[in-house]
Amino acid sequence: MKKKIMIGSFMAVTVLAGIIFAADHIDAPAVTGANSTSTGADITDIYAFQSPADNSKMVFVMNVQGLMSPAVTSAANFPNNVLYEINIDNTGDNVEDLVIQAMVQNGKLRVYGPVAPSSPGTSSTVRTNGTVTETAVTTYGTTTAIVGTNNGIKIFAGPRDDPFFFDLARFKEIIGGTQTGFRSAGVDTFAGTNVLSIVIEVPKALLGNATTVNVWGETKSK
Amino acid sequence: MKLIIGNIPLFILLALALVVSSCDKDEDKDDFDTSGTYTIKDQMARPAIATVFVGASRKDEFNSTTPSTMSAAFKTDIVNKLTAFGYTTNALGQTKDQFAGLLATDVLNVKTSGVTTFFDGTNVLTGRKLDDDVIDTELLLIFGGAAGTSNPGLTKDNVNANDKAFLTTFPYLAQPW
Repeated sequence: MKKKIMIGSFMAVTVLAGIIFAADHIDAPAVTGANSTSTGADITDIYAFQSPADNSKMVFVMNVQGLMSPAVTSAANFPNNVLYEINIDNTGDNVEDLVIQAMVQNGKLRVYGPVAPSSPGTSSTVRTNGTVTETAVTTYGTTTAIVGTNNGIKIFAGPRDDPFFFDLARFKEIIGGTQTGFRSAGVDTFAGTNVLSIVIEVPKALLGNATTVNVWGETKSK
Repeated sequence: MKLIIGNIPLFILLALALVVSSCDKDEDKDDFDTSGTYTIKDQMARPAIATVFVGASRKDEFNSTTPSTMSAAFKTDIVNKLTAFGYTTNALGQTKDQFAGLLATDVLNVKTSGVTTFFDGTNVLTGRKLDDDVIDTELLLIFGGAAGTSNPGLTKDNVNANDKAFLTTFPYLAQPW
């Protein structure tokens, strides 16, 4: 089914109905579709920023499983067959030179790297020769975040407030042609919703010496 | 020199230490299954690119195409979408082709020193931090034209901050609801 939409008064765009515009929430049919066997692998957002607490460190965030109510959050888990991978290109060719690989099994988060991948691309093996950092997953209702540390690396896994904010509801009305612009006081569709977060802070010295790196997140499963 | 600590003979402490360390080794070996090959399920970097610019029929392909080959695979789709949006140029002075080329290669460009932000009024695409209003930045670049003043009703959603304050210490994200 297709819908015709108007944006402003001058352009008509045809898009497939049912598109949800968000950061990347529910935007991987292979993962979120009815027949998916890996629903825990839907990435909602990737962040990469200099640590606000230590400018010699870089922080990487991968959020998965978006739009969770508190009740849903309390039952949410990181599946044990998913590899959460931060990819880092430090030579400018958009091919990963380093990976940071995170896994959750038996209530524990383990993070390998940063370390060179066995081979770049869409298939990965776990690089157990890298620096290994481990900690318990912070469960829902635990007020103090459980943080693992090793050689200047800090890691965390657990439910968090979704840091993404956007008046998605109004945007959908614009896309649907019933509104022509955003409202003067927007309403955050993601207010009150949670994600599962993996947060990894690493010394910048472990990322090579490029002035700019290219970063993306991947979920992989077996 | 005493060989007793508290009331416990040293050899018992040593024996306990051996048991403890061997438990740790067993944990490392047995607890985590790291075997096998993992294949891609989802991928992203810049927010909302797949959602806005890639049609439903190619989303899984977009989410599993390595960034080095994304431009060749998806730039034409994005050019067409920009045409549909009435795009001519943006505040970065990019032609449709240049902007599409940037968007098609879905990576976050991250500076390794200094400010890391999607856009803070001065720095552009040097990272993505938690409080960046990434949607307004993208709307502005897509709909705002050369001066950022075109289509004023479409260039900001007027949600300018998260619903919870971020932390100043690791892990920085706020506690869940």
